[in-house]
Amino acid sequence: MPQKKEVSEPTGWTLEKTNETTAVLHLSGDWRTKEHASRRFDLPDGIRNVRAECEALGEWGTFLPAFLNKVHNACRKHDAELDVTALPEGVRELLRLAWAEPPITLPAEPKFSLQAWLQEAISGAHTSCISWMAFIGDIALAIHRLFRGTSRMKWHDVWLEVIKAGPDAFGIVSLIGFLMGLILAFIGSIPLKWFSAETYVASLIGIGMLRMMGAVMTGVVMAGRTGAAYAAELGTMQVNEEIDALLSMDISPIDFLVLPRIIALTLMMPLLCLYGDIAGVLGGMAVGSGYLGVSGTTYWNLLTETTSLNNLYVGLFTSVVFGILIGICGCLRGLQCGRSSEAVGRATTSAMVTSIVCLVISTSIITVLTVFLKI
Amino acid sequence: MTNQPDKAPPPIEVRNLTMAYGERIIQHDLNFDIPKGSVFIVMGGSGCGKSTLLRHLIGLNKPADGTIFREGVDFWNCAPEDQTRIMRNSGILYQSGALWSALTIAENVALPLQQFTDYSPQTIAEICEYKLALVGLAGRGKLYPSELSGGMKKRAGLARAMALDPELLFFDEPSAGLDPLSAQRLDQLILEISNSLHTTIVVITHDLDSIFNIATDSVFLDAETRTMIARGNPRDLRENCPVEKVRTFLRRGK
Repeated sequence: MPQKKEVSEPTGWTLEKTNETTAVLHLSGDWRTKEHASRRFDLPDGIRNVRAECEALGEWGTFLPAFLNKVHNACRKHDAELDVTALPEGVRELLRLAWAEPPITLPAEPKFSLQAWLQEAISGAHTSCISWMAFIGDIALAIHRLFRGTSRMKWHDVWLEVIKAGPDAFGIVSLIGFLMGLILAFIGSIPLKWFSAETYVASLIGIGMLRMMGAVMTGVVMAGRTGAAYAAELGTMQVNEEIDALLSMDISPIDFLVLPRIIALTLMMPLLCLYGDIAGVLGGMAVGSGYLGVSGTTYWNLLTETTSLNNLYVGLFTSVVFGILIGICGCLRGLQCGRSSEAVGRATTSAMVTSIVCLVISTSIITVLTVFLKI
Repeated sequence: MTNQPDKAPPPIEVRNLTMAYGERIIQHDLNFDIPKGSVFIVMGGSGCGKSTLLRHLIGLNKPADGTIFREGVDFWNCAPEDQTRIMRNSGILYQSGALWSALTIAENVALPLQQFTDYSPQTIAEICEYKLALVGLAGRGKLYPSELSGGMKKRAGLARAMALDPELLFFDEPSAGLDPLSAQRLDQLILEISNSLHTTIVVITHDLDSIFNIATDSVFLDAETRTMIARGNPRDLRENCPVEKVRTFLRRGK
């Protein structure tokens, strides 16, 4: 059995003042598990020298050097010297290591003030506006290069992006489109029943789905599915310094990464929208024949009679605009991404939010314009 | 008496270990002990399976064949509680620090303490401050990993690995990406930790300076024969190893 030292001081340490300027720190007891270190340590005023003594010190672990580190910091604040030569060698070694480099003082964080906050918000909005315009300008230049034939864009990349943005999204777009048609028809049937005009569910679906809902729902799905993916992809490339590698080889990331994605999405959006429209019309038809008693032929005839193709054209135009906007938002947020894993998450979220806001604003503008222009 | 402290089982014993990814065998028939308190180097050329061996020793990968004993217990055939205890008793410094980027470095060091101990927040803060001072980062606790240089990230990662005072520390390529002075400092730190805390240290590296500075024992993995071809203190191996490949490696190709 190893000899256990008598634990004389249950407190672990005491500070004894020997004269005006010196004090002795008595360490005692077991410092392996006990939390002596958590006791507050205050250095009396006027002390210039503290000597640590350890006659009654038992076993020790991390707590002892951690505590002495705290004492050391307190002494430093009071310009006092801490003498640890009497301590066991292991502790001295660790402390020598810990005190080899003096601590640095970080600049204090500025206090919150409304003025500073406003200034920051305004300058933030300013830089963000400039980066948007710069990005759109870059894209315009890249398109110019594309037409002059000096672009570094590879058409094969466009094709790969087309496959990712188009066919791979069929499943989700058809599901959402069909359910959208279903919901519109059910909700529409409530007022239609008041006037016994259930057959007009066809016109409701025709105008509602083709003119707007088809494009908007496809837009939302693609913003979440593809826009966010663009931001995550480009953001991760930014973290891995892949974008820097392109830049240093004088390959514009706009040509090489952004343009293929925007072109692919802009080509695919109207097709997906058309596909979603068809699914929606079928959804409406299902409600019509199953719940409202409108036969498939009546539904189709009424649809073609009352819904002019202009509705479809407006919807498809809207979806082209959406394609451009979602592509721009996703790629811009990706390229703006910081250099940490957390920043990629932020870029993805912000791409999604920006896309949705852009979708809603552009839909409002298009809707108002088309109504005034009587399209 | 068989349970004398000096007869305690070594922290790691490897018996007939074969490591494989699916059908592809990385290394086979590895046999070695890592003695308590040693600084044990796993060396070998690129692609020989050093990092895979590290993952096996830590307990992240399961051996395709053979046994790994940790503290005398067969790691893959023991109670889950034993596995957790063994895992918690080791700290790992990953190649690029692997600090959680959403937390400050003090919070990084505090997380294992908050999760696995019942210390008061005050105590945890003091231990963090001490651990950060130990790796030369005193006063920098409030910084985020993205605000640190590569060397500082590694040192902060080391402070986190040591937070729970593990008896076993793993280092994955500690000197990779560091300037000679920072690498030297980190080697110094490894030696000091080994000397003053008697921690067993396992280092994966192919940095010769660092190998001769810190090693007390080593194993050499060969990429061609896919097994270990040398074992012992690298200084002795450099002079007396019967395998020429090992001597050439340790003499930097001369």
